[in-house]
Order: sequence, then C-alpha cells, then structure tokens
Amino acid sequence: MRYLLLLRQLLPLGSRILAAVIGGYALTALVTLALSLALPWVGVGQAESVLASTIASFLIYAVVIMGVFHARSALRAWTGLLLLAIPCGLIIGASSVSAVL
Amino acid sequence: MRASFRQSMALVHTWGGLLVGWLLYFIFLTGTIGYVHHEIDRWMKPEQPMASSTPTASTLLPKALDRLAREAGAVQNWYIFLPTASRSGEFSVGWRVWPTGDRRLGKFTRQSLDPSTGEAFSGTIRETGGGHTLYAMHYRLHYMPYDWAIRIVGICTMFMLVAIISGVIVHRRLFRDFFTFRPGKGHRSWLDGHNLLGVSALPFHLMITWSGLIFFMFTYNPFAVDALFPKGETRDRFYAETSGQVKISPGVKAPTAEMVSLEIVLTSFEERWGGGEIALVRIESPGRANSQIHFYARQSGIRRVATTLSFDGVTGDFLSAGPTAGTAAGRFEQVMLGLHEGLFAGPFLRFLYVLAGLSGTAMIATGLLLWSKKRNAKLAENEPARFGRAAVDVLNLGTIIGLPVGVAAYFWANRLLPIGMGNRAAWEVHVMFLTWGLTYIYAIWRPRDRAWIELCGFAAAAYGLLPVLSALTTDRGLIGSILDKDWIFVGFDLSTLAAALFFGLVVCVIRRGRKPPDVRRVTDASTASRNKAVSRR
Repeated sequence: MRYLLLLRQLLPLGSRILAAVIGGYALTALVTLALSLALPWVGVGQAESVLASTIASFLIYAVVIMGVFHARSALRAWTGLLLLAIPCGLIIGASSVSAVL
Repeated sequence: MRASFRQSMALVHTWGGLLVGWLLYFIFLTGTIGYVHHEIDRWMKPEQPMASSTPTASTLLPKALDRLAREAGAVQNWYIFLPTASRSGEFSVGWRVWPTGDRRLGKFTRQSLDPSTGEAFSGTIRETGGGHTLYAMHYRLHYMPYDWAIRIVGICTMFMLVAIISGVIVHRRLFRDFFTFRPGKGHRSWLDGHNLLGVSALPFHLMITWSGLIFFMFTYNPFAVDALFPKGETRDRFYAETSGQVKISPGVKAPTAEMVSLEIVLTSFEERWGGGEIALVRIESPGRANSQIHFYARQSGIRRVATTLSFDGVTGDFLSAGPTAGTAAGRFEQVMLGLHEGLFAGPFLRFLYVLAGLSGTAMIATGLLLWSKKRNAKLAENEPARFGRAAVDVLNLGTIIGLPVGVAAYFWANRLLPIGMGNRAAWEVHVMFLTWGLTYIYAIWRPRDRAWIELCGFAAAAYGLLPVLSALTTDRGLIGSILDKDWIFVGFDLSTLAAALFFGLVVCVIRRGRKPPDVRRVTDASTASRNKAVSRR
C-alpha cells in the first residue's frame, strides 16, 4: 500500500522531468527548424536564419523547461508541449510541400 | 494547490542546481584557470629561459621551415606558432601526419623551440601538461572520449542556464537583496552570500553559460543545420557566409612538387598585410602540387575572428584574404565566443575575468552549501543526518575544497616528478585526480567539522608552500623572479600565496563559528534567568 502511494507521488514527478528534459528538447529542435524555415519568409537569409535560431534555441529550451515545471500537472505540461509543436509541424510541413512543388 | 511561479522556480533552482552543482563547480574552477593558462604553461616549464628579445617573424620563419622540412617532411600539414600568438611567448612548430585506416585525423606533434635562437632548446625541458591541460578539462573533462565529455558538459551548462534564469525569478528583491548581507546568521548569511556573488557578476554568468553552449551548438542542436546545410560543401558555404571566414580544409595527397621560396611569398605578403602581428602560419600539403600557405594574424578585437592571407604554395600566387563582414548572427556568435575566451583582454581586464570566474565558482559552492545548511538547520540537536544529507556533505567538502587541493597537487607534481620520467605529463594529471579522490575518502573518514578545518588547512599549506618548493627545486624563486622582472613567475607565486591566505581565512572563520551563536544566546539567557531566580530568592 505504502509503495503504491509512493508510486502515485513519483510517477507524475518522473513524467514531468521527462517532459522537461526530453519533451522540451524535442520541442526546441522543432522550433529551431521551424524558425529556420520561417525567417526567410520575412527576408532573412537562409544561413542567417539557421544560425540565429540555433543560437536562440538554448534560451528557448530554458524557458520551455521552466514552463513545464510550472504547469499545474504533468499531463497539462505534455499537452502544452504538443500544442506548441503543432504550429512548428505545420511550418515544417508547409515548407517541405512548397519545396517539392 | 497551484504553486506561484516563484515557488515552482525555487524547486527547479534548488534540485536542478544540486544535481549538477559539483560538476559545474569543476567546470567553473578549471575554466577560470583557463584565463591564465598561458602563464601557468610558462610556470610549469621553468627550464625555458626567460625570453629576452624576440626576433621578428621574418627571421624565425625560415628556421621553423627548415626544422619542419627536416623533422616532419611531406606530411598533411605544418604549423608554425609564433611567439606573438600567446602571452607566454612560446615559439613552436607542429605537424599532422596523413590519417591512416579509418581515423579522421592523423597524429599531431608539437615541438617547442627557443624563441631567441629559433632552434631547439639547449637543455631538456620537462614534459608537462601545463595550464593548457588544466583548462581543457572545463569542456572536455578527462579520462573520457571527447564526444561524451562535451555532451555531459553541455547538459550541465544547460542546467546552469536554467538555474541562472530561475534564480533571478526566485530572487524577489534583486536590487535590495544585493545590498543585504547578514553575517553570522546561519543559513541566511549563506543565502545572502550566494545572492551577492550571483548578482554581482550576473551578466558574466549569463554570457559565459550561453556562449559555452554556442561553442558546440551544432553538436547540441544539429537539427536545423543538418536539414538545411548538410555536412560537406554546403556546410562549408554556410560557415563562409555567416562567419565571413573561409574554412580551410586539410589538404589531400597530390603529386610532389617544388615549393615556392619563402622570400617570394613574404614579399607578396608584405604588400597585402594590413598590419597586426602574425600569430600562426599553416602550410597545407607541404611539398605537393596542391600546397597552400595561410597566414593568420593575432585576434585583435573582441570578435573571435582572425585576419588571414592565403597563397599558393607552389607558384606563390595570392589566393584569398579574410575575413569578410559575415552576417549579423555570425558576428554575434563571434563576439560571444570572443567574450567567453577573453583572449582580447589586457592584464587588468584579465584580472577582472579571473575575479568574475571565481565569483561564479563561489556562487556554485555557496549554493551547494546552502542546500545542506538549510536542511541541517531543521535537524534536531544531535540527530544524525540521514544518508542523503551525509552524502551531500561529503561531496560538498570533497569537491569544494578537494578540487583546489587536487590542483595544488598538480603543481607539486610538476616540480617533484623526475624530469626524465616516461608519461610525465599524464602522471601530473594522475596525481591531481588521485589526490582529489583521497579528499573524498578523508571527508568520509573524519567528522564533518574537523574534516573541513583540516582539509582547508591542508589546502592553505599546499598553496602556501608552493613558492618555497619552486625556489628549492628550480632557480626561479620569488625574490630572483622579482629581481629578473619575470612577472609571470612573480604573479604565479603571489597568486598561490593569495590562495593560501584564502584557505587560511576559511579555517579561521570555521573555527570561530564552531560554537553556534544560537547556543551562546541560549546559555546567556538561561544564566540570566537563573540569576534572576537567585536574586528573587
């Protein structure tokens, strides 16, 4: 019984840490790529976009990690990460479609 | 219940900080040493004569080329490091042989030469890792493959970035607390000290952490660059466009050919060189048809970028000059990396760099100590600390004091290991880590308060006696160095004395604090009440 209780406490914490470290890293990677693809639409050079987004990505990762730990629950943290990933996915999808066309 | 943003950040700051604090302490301390690694290099080779007058590049270059042709031959490339390249005035040649098997790079050899003659040193110079080995540990650790090390350090650095940002958020009254210091108030004083150290050099800490990540950004976050500029020619174009510098790729084996004479290249070089001192000459595929000669100037500004001129090694034709302006993000990167390395800094600014680095190191140390002070304060009198806290206490002492003791042992080993011994440089490092490891055992073995006092005392002695040891084993005693105006040696000796003084002060502070003020107050109060009781009677 006690172990079950302990597990119920530890599971959300473990999930949150996973969301921050792994989920946050995946989201940061997506944001970096999406920014690198989107910045040229407003006239920034392609190489410049990649460099600027990669330099900024560490600050983005830090903010994402802090956001995950502030979320009301681990589930909400994961949902937030997924919601933010959607526009990034759309940008990446749109530019790969336009690259094919 | 929903915690306030400040509360959740306090948890992130406390636990994230504890998890990587010890490694961060190692990274900050060895990194700080990096700001004087040329000077330490110099101190660790006491046989090297004091550079009296350094001949110009045009007299040193032919001698270096002769030596390379004799010792290295037609290898992949040759390097000539001129005395202007480093603050220690080291003059050396190096070469890389062709890679064999599936190795990416061939073996690299470097030879120090006497800058006043351009020839090999007359006596033996002791083999040493120097300050360079010590400084390299802050990003590539030791006893570990490079690719693992930079990733582990990267993860710690990312923690540091989160700790800094969350620390600022936790810190409700950033400005007011900065002027608050309450000594002798238990963990409150430690918190004040931690805040003071953290806030006073906050811009430095933020810069050093972020730029540390930027150094290896395409290893840590390769996704965008891999997708849009795959490795190879496209990647080289990416670097050229953003940094304004052409990436010089190692030469390939072409048929042999006669090299152009140095005079012709130097004449053409003088016409184009905009000034500044040459720091490095790099010759790709010497003695082959595709040979190239590249001249690099010493970095003159904050930007981590060097003026270069390139010539064809066979015809002597001018090939290219760099750098171009680069892009805004490229210049931002170069400024950040330049600020991180601080190569542009003169003596005073370098001193400030060391202070800022030490304040970061101390900030991490006080943060780690604060973690246990806060928890031990809640413990009832005589209640033994639980295993977790006891482990933190041992790790704190063994790292915070043990590492400086290990570094001192590294310097002692440099003076005491036999000059001709095999793998001498490697053994200097082994001595450092063995000594450091022993301090953890000592921390486990002795009662906590005793262990702190004894190890700090030991550190004070180890640093305080270094100038004595140096004077006994070499002819570079402190007084002699002052008379010779050899400021690098004087500076080193004075720095170790300052370190000894610091550890001595820590011993005094701990000894004074052994009787906690709270206990004294309680005794006073109880005596007073007893007196009252007596007088009433």
